Amino acid sequence: MKYAIVGSGVSGIATIEAIRSVDRSGEVVMIGDDPHGFYSRPGLAYYLTGELHDKALYPRTSDEYRQMNFRYVKGRVKGVLREARVLELENQTSIAYDRLLIATGAQALPLEAPGANLEGVFKLDHMEDAKRILKHARRGKMAVVVGGGITALELVEGLLARGMNVHYLLRGDRYWSGVLDEHESKIVEARLQVEGVTLHHHAEVIEVMGKKNRVIGARLLDGRTLTCDMVAYAIGIRPRLELAIQAGLAVDRGILVNEFMQTNDPHIFAAGDVAQVYDPAVGRSILDSLWGPARQQGYAAGLNMAGKTTAYIKAPPFNVTRLAGLTTTIIGAVGGGHDKDLIGIARGDSETWRSLPDALVAQSGFDVNHLRLMVGEQRLLGAVVMGDQTLSYPLQKIVSERIDISSIREKLLAADARIGDVVVEFWAGLRN
Amino acid sequence: MAILGLFQHDVKKHAVLASGLVAPDPARCVQCGICTYNCPVGIDVRAHAWRGEPVIHNHCLTCGECVMRCPRGSLRFEKTDLFAKRKP
Repeated sequence: MKYAIVGSGVSGIATIEAIRSVDRSGEVVMIGDDPHGFYSRPGLAYYLTGELHDKALYPRTSDEYRQMNFRYVKGRVKGVLREARVLELENQTSIAYDRLLIATGAQALPLEAPGANLEGVFKLDHMEDAKRILKHARRGKMAVVVGGGITALELVEGLLARGMNVHYLLRGDRYWSGVLDEHESKIVEARLQVEGVTLHHHAEVIEVMGKKNRVIGARLLDGRTLTCDMVAYAIGIRPRLELAIQAGLAVDRGILVNEFMQTNDPHIFAAGDVAQVYDPAVGRSILDSLWGPARQQGYAAGLNMAGKTTAYIKAPPFNVTRLAGLTTTIIGAVGGGHDKDLIGIARGDSETWRSLPDALVAQSGFDVNHLRLMVGEQRLLGAVVMGDQTLSYPLQKIVSERIDISSIREKLLAADARIGDVVVEFWAGLRN
Repeated sequence: MAILGLFQHDVKKHAVLASGLVAPDPARCVQCGICTYNCPVGIDVRAHAWRGEPVIHNHCLTCGECVMRCPRGSLRFEKTDLFAKRKP
């Protein structure tokens, strides 16, 4: 059996691990166009802040790759000949396959403004982007950051840590309004302001101004001009569908796959940010842009490719991130709003976060320790834990294992309820 | 008394560390490697996190550096009862 994996991210690596758990002798080839191969993309945020060295972002040694027994080809696939089951590469070579995985990931949506091609305008997709940002930040003084969600904030925090002054522009009236509630957005914004970030609400860049091809400022929709030597943006991502479209596979916003990660061609599978996965529980196909699901999808795809039929069971989406230095866990369905700062999905985001069945909100928390629970009829549908993370592990279990919370529902919804204490007591009862 | 109190606090802390080990939650981990990068004795904590296995390693000091530095709360101390008296 010949397996081909297009893409060198976490889905691809998990796919190879799964294949090898079933098939020790099949021929596996991975084709990747990222010159840096497999590294922790979410970890780029900590590389930007200086918490670790770039070399530390690579989880595997060459010895470990050898043990996985696959061939790595650095290059770009330009086409799939489905009838012949052959991949055509840009370097004019071709690779035959029996089972193919497309795990090409997603890429940043471009900033649509005149001047967006000037030197000093950055996105944060890959290692190369992070290196360019850091190189530029060494001689820069003032940055403008555009966009919502986790990546934009990572840019803000990274540039701050590198000594730059930062203007942070939000098109809406608050930060990450599609996922966070008003109070949570305010917590994040207040902390950014304390760090010295200048926030601009209802602000939009309509032109990046330049001189000698370098950024010298940003013109805003309201007529103001901000002087800066860098513009960094993260306004959402778009699955990299070119190969799937060329191959004539069924696509919507991502490559459509069933719960076995299989496309409409039974020999071709997809996983990770590029895949739009059918979820039988809700009867529709969903995009996730989270590391955890990408790994799990890749693993399920690999098992199926090697002939071990295994459904991908989507767990409630879950992510832990740092927002303005505050550890934040987002579990299950938590928000219903639309976010003006993001076009589609963001990195580290799941569409499920906004697909909210009927739920009531129970909240507690003061300033940095904040807890919000989305309380359904019999179970918790979602939770946001900011600051103290003691409750995040129990809540992760209560939401993902769909534990019946009928016995504490009234207590949670009572006026001035100390919901954290109620959850702690409930959790202790479950464990005994 | 205050000094004694501090000392007792220290003893308690070390008792917890000595009787625990570092356990990862792979669902939270994004393999950034801050844990491995900061381990004073060079244990590849990240590899344990990928496999979802606790850090059972001769050299682990349970110093807590990895637990403290993980930006996603992927690591925690779990108590072990290695030296607990077994019931007959």
